[in-house]
Amino acid sequence: MTSEEIFDQLVPIITLYLPDDVSPDEIQLKSDLTGELNINSAHLVDIVLDVEDTFSIVFANEDMEQLHTVQDAITIIQKKITTK
Amino acid sequence: MQAHFQQIIDALPYSEPFLFVNTLHSVSENGAEGSYTFSKDSYFYEGHFKNNPVTPGVILTECMAQIGVVCLGIYLTQKNTSEKAQLALSSTQVDFYKAVFPEETVRVVSEKEYFRFNKLKCKVTMYNEANEIVCKGNISGMVKL
Repeated sequence: MTSEEIFDQLVPIITLYLPDDVSPDEIQLKSDLTGELNINSAHLVDIVLDVEDTFSIVFANEDMEQLHTVQDAITIIQKKITTK
Repeated sequence: MQAHFQQIIDALPYSEPFLFVNTLHSVSENGAEGSYTFSKDSYFYEGHFKNNPVTPGVILTECMAQIGVVCLGIYLTQKNTSEKAQLALSSTQVDFYKAVFPEETVRVVSEKEYFRFNKLKCKVTMYNEANEIVCKGNISGMVKL
């Protein structure tokens, strides 16, 4: 799966947990999920659980520690689906 | 009540007039059950409502969260670490069915939906003494170590 394809599947998942005052247009590769998109830590867990279901992968605690931006999410997902 | 249940209650960060746990009946990997009796002298009955004391829904929600999520969260984290866990409420969705009046005892039953990346999500139900459902819903909290 290309990173563009992963990104396209990520946007609707992230959009679900965006606060009302953040537009889905602000979801960019470099966007910091909690810092810039204002996703709270509980919703970050919801996003990870949805990502796990969507891509049939499992996040470890180390992955969670590395997850800051949308690009980080794509990198982790790509690594997991290729080693699956 | 078993001694380790009292340890969990002692570890709660609440005190009167905002402690809404009297007894824990069971705590396990999958859930918790406990009860609380609303004293007629509780401060909120003075204003909720005027001359008509009824337990506020937010207080019922708090009682559900303290027994169902915080007590369970303390149990689940104490198993893995000796550090003192703090829980912050992250979301509630509760439907209410029956009113709770002064001096009623309620029983709270929670079932763990998941506990991952420090987020504890539970399905929580409160029953009255007649075993009728008072309220039920989903409550989540984030554990901070």
